[in-house]
Amino acid sequence: MPAALAIAVTPVPPAPSPTRLLLKRFLASPVGAVALGLLLLLALLAVAAPLIAPQNPYDLATVSVMNSDLVPGSRSEDGTLTFLLGSDAAGRDILSAILYGLRISIGVGIASALIALLVGTALGLVAAHFGGQVDAFLMRIVDLQLSFPTILVALTLLATLGQGVDKTLLALVIVQWAYYARNVRGSALVERRKEYVEAAIGQGLPALRVMFVHILPNCMAPLLVTATLQTAHAITLEATMSFLGIGLPPTEPSLGLLIANGFEYLLSNKYWVSIYPGIALVLLVGAINLVGDRLRAVLNPRDDQ
Amino acid sequence: MNPFLQIHQLGKSFGAPAGLLPTAWAALRRRQAAQPPRVHAVNGVSLDVQRGEIVGLVGESGCGKSTLGRLVAGLIEPSSGDVRIEGQPLLHGGPTSVHRQVQMVFQNPYASLNPRRRIVDTLTEAPVHHGIVPRAGARVHAAELLETVGLDASYLDRFPHQFSGGQRQRIAIARALAMQPQLLVCDEAVSALDVSVQAQILNLFLDLRESRGLTYLFISHNLSVVEYLADRVAIMYLGRVVELADTATLFAAPKHPYTQALIADAPRLDARATSYQPIQGELPSPLKPPTGCSFHPRCPVALPRCKTEAPALAEIAPGHLSACHLSASDVHQPAAIHVVAPPASLRSVA
Amino acid sequence: MSSGLPLLTVDGLTTRFRMPQGAVTAVNDVSFELQPGRILGLVGESGSGKSVTALSLLNLVDKPGQVDARAIVFKGEPLHRASPSRWNALRGDRIALVSQDPMMSLNPVIRIGEQLVETIRIHRRLSAADARRIAIDALERVGIPAPVERMQAWPHELSGGMRQRVAIANALVNQPDLIIADEPTTALDVTIQAQILYEMKRLARDSGTALIWITHDLAVVKDLADELCVMYAGRIVERGPVAELIRAPRHPYTRGLLDSLPHGRSAGGRLTPIRGAAPPLSRLPAGCAFAPRCPRAAAACGEPPPLSSAGGREFRCVRPL
Repeated sequence: MPAALAIAVTPVPPAPSPTRLLLKRFLASPVGAVALGLLLLLALLAVAAPLIAPQNPYDLATVSVMNSDLVPGSRSEDGTLTFLLGSDAAGRDILSAILYGLRISIGVGIASALIALLVGTALGLVAAHFGGQVDAFLMRIVDLQLSFPTILVALTLLATLGQGVDKTLLALVIVQWAYYARNVRGSALVERRKEYVEAAIGQGLPALRVMFVHILPNCMAPLLVTATLQTAHAITLEATMSFLGIGLPPTEPSLGLLIANGFEYLLSNKYWVSIYPGIALVLLVGAINLVGDRLRAVLNPRDDQ
Repeated sequence: MNPFLQIHQLGKSFGAPAGLLPTAWAALRRRQAAQPPRVHAVNGVSLDVQRGEIVGLVGESGCGKSTLGRLVAGLIEPSSGDVRIEGQPLLHGGPTSVHRQVQMVFQNPYASLNPRRRIVDTLTEAPVHHGIVPRAGARVHAAELLETVGLDASYLDRFPHQFSGGQRQRIAIARALAMQPQLLVCDEAVSALDVSVQAQILNLFLDLRESRGLTYLFISHNLSVVEYLADRVAIMYLGRVVELADTATLFAAPKHPYTQALIADAPRLDARATSYQPIQGELPSPLKPPTGCSFHPRCPVALPRCKTEAPALAEIAPGHLSACHLSASDVHQPAAIHVVAPPASLRSVA
Repeated sequence: MSSGLPLLTVDGLTTRFRMPQGAVTAVNDVSFELQPGRILGLVGESGSGKSVTALSLLNLVDKPGQVDARAIVFKGEPLHRASPSRWNALRGDRIALVSQDPMMSLNPVIRIGEQLVETIRIHRRLSAADARRIAIDALERVGIPAPVERMQAWPHELSGGMRQRVAIANALVNQPDLIIADEPTTALDVTIQAQILYEMKRLARDSGTALIWITHDLAVVKDLADELCVMYAGRIVERGPVAELIRAPRHPYTRGLLDSLPHGRSAGGRLTPIRGAAPPLSRLPAGCAFAPRCPRAAAACGEPPPLSSAGGREFRCVRPL
């Protein structure tokens, strides 16, 4: 190359991708690291529940009413089992119930958040790309959706649809998708104005490719934060529904149902039936919220300049 | 010989149509709904560019130069008139698509590269998609492109945030070259760069013209840069070309009062300091352009005729066009502007 | 060269930022003097430290930045140890700042008249009516038509040039002794820029206000300033009267800057840009920061060059032109 051109000879060392950089910065905060660790631990426990739970509380063969209402730390009637966190009125081990409950809570929470994310993101991208009437129409629906209190919507839906995992999932998705849609639409509108998107269009790349390969990855930051916080919200909402007796059936008890079951015993000193599932729920939701909070802090100052 | 690029009476206006409710209400009252004001960003521009030429497009905010650049690059659809390359209208798609013939280099180097993609992906995505380069040889092709713009091939696997503004702009130029265009539209491509980097990029543009036979439409508000680079210069004001001439003539003897003001107002290192009064008034809003000649409220030599009659862009000398009622005569030279203090009544009433 | 007590003496101004990857010295041992009523141009490219210098002079640098100086003396008063309340009293009254983006220096939800009046009444005990009259007068002086009506305008109703004039009026309204202007015309159109440059010069001369004009554009500052400081990598590399400095620079960087500016047509030739790129402030070379790019570099440039003085000019170079 001509001598006058050869300027940039300073070597530029390879840098980690934006994702690795993000992870590094995330873990720099002790709060974030602990919260993430706790969350992963809870998820691991939930996944491994059938393997590590002392008892399968929903296998009637293993449950005996002879073991009912035992104080935490007691042994079972036949001495094979230690109820580390006590047992409930039917003789089910609270610890095992919590582990299985975690499964349901996390499963439903994440599944609903994921589906809502997919639906909301797609609609948000469409609204941002087409603009005009399409955008106005979609955003009016979003506004309508968001103006209703989530509990009210969930209650009404579940009361109408009845109990069941699929119906709960549906209700949770309906309640959540609008946040994602609005979020993604906002980010996509901002990104669309930037020159790199103009350049991609100017190179004749098709619209779909521009939307998903160029615009969407740059909208991930606020989307990630929304996703974590919404997951926590979904889990709490589901717990509330179960506590109120609608939503998930008693055969798939989440932490909310466990809390509800033990609620009447709180005043008669059998605190463990309600409190321990409650603590588990607090830990779960708290960890997710802290992770989401830390994500937001890390993603904000991350700018090109 | 046919000019490479032909712009003929090109127009682009923006403005939302009247809303549903106002139209319905007006229809009920048997009237036409008042249309919201339209902005005529580009208004009847005609320009020819020869192959290998660098044509500078100069103007201030709201003059429409960026819109004109995007119209030529096929990023926006014109409202009227047409753009032809080698006699053919602009096509989208196919091997003669406008994107294969015209590419754009943007102003902001910090926003013109996708921050989440590696350089190699940015450089190879479009050529591979259009079949210009087979996927297997794409990486080698990208390395060659980087070399052409003076960057090391090791930069292929890096991310944009690792580079300075000047380096990013070079990468953007490499990306434009990847489509093997014949015309580059540079929209204030050096305005955001430091002076020393700007010089490097200007040299690069000249080298590319020699090595690749590129034609340029160079949009800028910086007169020194345009004087250095361009063969011909078009001055724009409020969507119209007000003067067009080859560079030497335009800077030595500008005929349109706006051009004279621009040249006199632009700070220059080599000019002697003058104590003249710069042109008064604000740029008019494109929503409410002045009647007649759009420059007349700020023009120090305006005639009553200028308020009612818009002058046409006419040839006043071979190759020199100007849109001014007074251009025919030789009355105004830059010195005259220096002496005349505009009367208070010509101050903007914005 | 005017004699008498300098308005502002800056000696050894150094601003460091403590970053996780190490300390970055944005402003390194900057010293200069400004006489009352004179205009000083501070020229540099991005990363040269010129904006941080302005903020440091006004004590507007926040953590993790730290400002140190052997002395900053303003009208005989040592400022480098002044209390925050003394700074608050000085800023807006005796020393004012005009920034590049007027949308940042004007509050978008307060009418411009109110903002001007606030600037006045914070520093002087005046009735609202008196303050209003002063504000209207300031608007008129900066060339805003129909100033009485304009007092009621919101910032977004004005064009960029008008907003910048309002920002300048805001700076002038208490008749400060010193105005620091950080690239105030960079974002403006050529004709508007010319108007504002012309009026700033007139206002400075008429009211005897000293001006520090920060810019990257040598051409802009050439007609405006009396003296010029050229900054590179946080240091002042050359200082002197403007016409002389441009006609015959001593430092190779200044020469390189002047040579890379286009003047006249290319006619097939090429510009001579400065080789390489400015080093990031976190990775400055030992010795002279410009040496890696300097066509005159020699072994002696491995040591930080001392400040030399010759005939009213100062420069940091062991092999000057």
